[in-house]
Amino acid sequence: SVNPDIASERQTPSFSVEELTTLLDGGVEQTRIRRAVAEAIESDPVFSRENQYFQSQNERYEAAVRKGVHLQKKIREMGWTEDGPEQKYINRALAGDVAFLLQHVFMRSISVLGSDKQIAKWIPLARQYRLIGSYAQTELGHGTYLQGLETTAVFDTATQEFILNTPKISAMKWWPGDMGRSATHTVAFAQLYIHGKCYGIHPFIVQLRSLQDHSLCPGITAGDIGPKMSFEHADNGYLLLQNVRVPRENMLNKFCEVQPDGTYERRGSQKINYFTMTAVRISVISVEVVEPLMKACTIAIRYSVVRRQSKLKPGEQEAKILDYQTQQEKLLPQLAAAFAFHFIDNYLQELFNKGYREMQKKNFDMLPELHAFSSGFKALVTQHCTSGVEICLRACGGHGYSLLSGLPSLYTKILASCIYEGENTILLLQTARFLIKCFMEASTGQSVPPSVTYLAAVKPGKCPAKNKLDFLRPDIYIEAYRHTAARLVSSTATKLQDLIQSGIKKHDAWNWCTVQLAQAAKAHCHYLTVKNFAETVERLETRAGIQKIMKHLCDLFALHGIFSNAGIFLHDGYISGAQMDMVTASYLDLLPVIRKDAVPLVDAFDFTDKSLNSALGSYDGQVYQRLYEWAQKSPTNKMSPAYERYLKPLLHNTLSKL
Amino acid sequence: EALVINDPDFQHEDLNFLCRSQRYEQAVKKSSLMVKKLREHGIADPEEIYWFKSFVHRGRPEPLDLHLGMFLPTLLTQATPEQQDRFFMPAWNLEIIGTYAQTEMGHGTHLRGLETTATYDPATQEFILNSPTVTSIKWWPGGLGKTSNHAIVLAQLYTQGQCKGLHAFIVPIRQLGTHEPLPGITVGDIGPKFGYDEMDNGYLKMDNFRIPRENMLMKYAQVEPDGTYVKPLSDKLTYGTMVFIRSLIVGDSARSLSRACTIAIRYSAVRHQSELKPGEPEPQILDYQTQQYKLFPLLATAYAFHFVGAYIKSTYHRISGDINEGDLSELPELHALTAGLKAFTSWTANAGIEECRMACGGHGYSRCSGIPDIYVTFTPSCTYEGENTVMMLQTARFLVKSYTQVNSGQRVTGMVSYLNDLPRQRIQPQHVAARTVTVRINDPVSLVEAYKARAAQTVHAYSPKNLQAELNHRRSKEDAWNRTSVDLVRASEAHCHYVVVKLFTAKLSEVSNAAVRAVLTELCLLYALYGISKNTGDFLQAGILSDAQITQVNQRVKELLAIIRPNAVALVDSFDFHDTHLGSVLGRYDGNVYENMFEWAKKSPLNKTEVHESFHKHLKPMQAKL
Repeated sequence: SVNPDIASERQTPSFSVEELTTLLDGGVEQTRIRRAVAEAIESDPVFSRENQYFQSQNERYEAAVRKGVHLQKKIREMGWTEDGPEQKYINRALAGDVAFLLQHVFMRSISVLGSDKQIAKWIPLARQYRLIGSYAQTELGHGTYLQGLETTAVFDTATQEFILNTPKISAMKWWPGDMGRSATHTVAFAQLYIHGKCYGIHPFIVQLRSLQDHSLCPGITAGDIGPKMSFEHADNGYLLLQNVRVPRENMLNKFCEVQPDGTYERRGSQKINYFTMTAVRISVISVEVVEPLMKACTIAIRYSVVRRQSKLKPGEQEAKILDYQTQQEKLLPQLAAAFAFHFIDNYLQELFNKGYREMQKKNFDMLPELHAFSSGFKALVTQHCTSGVEICLRACGGHGYSLLSGLPSLYTKILASCIYEGENTILLLQTARFLIKCFMEASTGQSVPPSVTYLAAVKPGKCPAKNKLDFLRPDIYIEAYRHTAARLVSSTATKLQDLIQSGIKKHDAWNWCTVQLAQAAKAHCHYLTVKNFAETVERLETRAGIQKIMKHLCDLFALHGIFSNAGIFLHDGYISGAQMDMVTASYLDLLPVIRKDAVPLVDAFDFTDKSLNSALGSYDGQVYQRLYEWAQKSPTNKMSPAYERYLKPLLHNTLSKL
Repeated sequence: EALVINDPDFQHEDLNFLCRSQRYEQAVKKSSLMVKKLREHGIADPEEIYWFKSFVHRGRPEPLDLHLGMFLPTLLTQATPEQQDRFFMPAWNLEIIGTYAQTEMGHGTHLRGLETTATYDPATQEFILNSPTVTSIKWWPGGLGKTSNHAIVLAQLYTQGQCKGLHAFIVPIRQLGTHEPLPGITVGDIGPKFGYDEMDNGYLKMDNFRIPRENMLMKYAQVEPDGTYVKPLSDKLTYGTMVFIRSLIVGDSARSLSRACTIAIRYSAVRHQSELKPGEPEPQILDYQTQQYKLFPLLATAYAFHFVGAYIKSTYHRISGDINEGDLSELPELHALTAGLKAFTSWTANAGIEECRMACGGHGYSRCSGIPDIYVTFTPSCTYEGENTVMMLQTARFLVKSYTQVNSGQRVTGMVSYLNDLPRQRIQPQHVAARTVTVRINDPVSLVEAYKARAAQTVHAYSPKNLQAELNHRRSKEDAWNRTSVDLVRASEAHCHYVVVKLFTAKLSEVSNAAVRAVLTELCLLYALYGISKNTGDFLQAGILSDAQITQVNQRVKELLAIIRPNAVALVDSFDFHDTHLGSVLGRYDGNVYENMFEWAKKSPLNKTEVHESFHKHLKPMQAKL
């Protein structure tokens, strides 16, 4: 039965939930396929995650391996093909809780960096799981800055082999997924040396473990790096190489080759490779970052209409906590952000597909802009979604802290996204470098990419809003964001110039401005997100009910951004103090409006109870019953030697003597 | 400290590699030993017990926390002399292990909503305890799941057909001797949490469970044998305990943030990454401005909270003297202040610990960094002992009340006395402050004035005014309060921020050593200026600072980063955390990070055998089949 407190929330949605689901999926057919995949996986007990909160690291790892193996069987049974539409829904249904995720990365790096011959040799082996691949780039002492890697590969002309070594402890490979226990092979990145000369970082296929008995190959030391904040199921590993020899053919050589005599040759353009690496950052946004925020919103909002606490009015029943303004102000902006980032992700996917087509035609004009997009949005979205999930967690009070709420595991997992695929601060600075360059070019009248043409038109001005309703006009708030982003870029550029002109070295001046540069990059991406949200809403005209609620969410997203970054909008007087009061008023007025549709909005994300895996967030709202029954299954309730061993002596003997 | 660190009985395997049941077992073992050793060493002073405990458990919770921290003290304050005779010595000797069962599955901070009932039966002179609904099951009390054999249970008292509100009862829950739950009692562990692995937070369900009349704690309220209810004299006294516990959380915020800063700053001095100058070796990441900007304001915050914690503690001790003499006049302000500061400091520290972890990049995410553990242990303090948003609103209620008093011609005292000046300045808020404050950004005293002006303006401009506007819309008082609560929270934050800056600044003049005062002054300036740069909206909108001054503030913050940089490691060394207490490979005093990470990882449970059993079970069969 459905808890009446949640049933009442679904009685009068202002829009069709099913239609919004379809819109989010991108069409009726997509929704159908997604549900079919979820059904196939969730009805299979091997994939159950019910016990995961009770399991130790060893048990989680074993379960992930079991699931990984079973998944291959399932895929064949179901007839899902490698490039079929089902693929992207498989991971959503598994919530990433499966081994061999690096197999794809291993295969992709060979496809991108390898020659046709290498592809023909390795890809079929990997596809059939004759080997298990990993991707070994990061080292103990080196992360985002690739040139700093210390692993070496020295070419030995006598034997036609590369000799790989870990010259010191900080050069040990550290963190690669699936490498601690599972992988038999890896793509390892190392500094290439030929006849004593260093040629920089190159990729090598290295065998780690025997294909017969899984024992480590000679010269290889590898293992698990120990417990982390999350990813208990993954055996992130370390790897130490001591005079490991691999044949000349194992260097991935699409772009360069070492001839038998040691001659080094470059060929082709690296740009498409560079583009692929860039695109990876964007590909993680949807499943790894936006969906966890959607899940967290679903759990927190459903729980907030079931949980009752204190009284709003004397004599009445205790109120649903979602009726408190402070609770709405925590959760509803996160909900709006989930939509905003879903739409910006759609936009980026399209843009990157277009970029890919152009680059195949050898047109690389879009590359700098796409690179700036991928860095900046990866940083903005991961940071925003991570803090959004944490807000949801803390908005659930004590029960949010229970693993059974599902929120701690969502949080500990998503926060890794702020670091992998490039540390966020460094990524923002890459985007800033692009912005500063474009600003300089624009100010000297050169043409710049479309997303940054606005930088050319920086001028002082005042926001024209006259009353609080004006701030519900997208043209008004988009202009405010545009103005602010342009001002931050131009003032930082000016400061940079001033410092350099005063005789400070360029790199010192850069370091001195990095805090502002990162802020400017964030403002730029925030502006584009707001703009894209508003434009998306505009295109929804035929779907009346949906357009209206999406317009409210778009307004809320935009005004929340101004409300919580008031200083940068007030700074040059573009928005006045009185106008800021109007922003606040409009912003707070939106909360009770969206509150009415809050549960239907999260229902539209269409997560099954199994995929949420949360006692607080289930569709039927039977929170307390579920929490009680689930807790009783905890292994701590089965047996604990603590009483016999310690408590009993404590209670009976030891202390009565004192 | 040395007593514990040199005692071989307290050595153990790294907890990161143990599962929850094992961690619980270790904690019980250590707690048992701890009680024994406390008695052996003759340690009885609460302060010393606290330190001993925090070194035994390295700042982690332990199953006897509630017995020592709530059960025994509640007996002392709320039990009659006869009850103390019955229960206190057995509890002191740990024949009775107790916990304090208040929170229910469906009810937390709002105490009046609790549903557990205790119905008096004059025929047998017993109370009948019941958990009438699923939501009324006691949920979360520490040590309840597996450790305790007694609990002080809070329940709605019914006698002679009337509900008399919440009262406390001593309830035996497990059989002495066998430790089996008693008939009518369902008790167990609530399952895994984010942190607190070593604590058996529990549930408790009671079905017609009978206890004798004498088990109600009756120092204040009483039920006579015939069922007649005798009311307590005053209910304000319970404030005292709450103030005390919340003041401990403020101290804990400072300590937890200090630990995280120690780890992140030491590691940032060891880690080298990228290049600052072309052609030169990779620099220490602590030389990057962005890294300094993440960490040094947190370092300053840790120091600031340390002084705030010390202030509240001493104020509490001073006032509790008055309370014992029946003077409760200062209690409301202290209560309001600690509620807000508890929320302000725990929110800030919570976010700060995460910043520190992120500042350590990938390795911060490994449990060997120690920061995940600090975070998961600390973060529930945003919820327990009063949910933070509710706390902020309590402070706001006090601010609004004080403001109303001022408007009706009364003067207010203490930390809110700045409100006294407001009515004389009956002008638009935008203009008031601009005339009254001339801010000198290198002078902490002047910055205190700026924060004071901001607090005054926020309280004045956002809260009562909007509250009034909502009331004018003919909304009910409660509705108006709810519709203003986001603003009210902001007002409380501004107030607390002011208090922190004020207390930090006041501390400077007490420091006699010139070099120490100099470096603390830099930190104090950084704390105050960084706070402005993060909240420029408030300062600009109220006209306290101009655009040009904000630009100067931002500039000055960055200059201070460079000034503090040479002292950064020394400043965290001053916190004086022992390596074993810090529990972090990244934060080691000797900075030998990488070799020790490798040593640590080798001990991971996944590495116990060279080939993991999953290979034989799953991988090999698959490879054979495909």
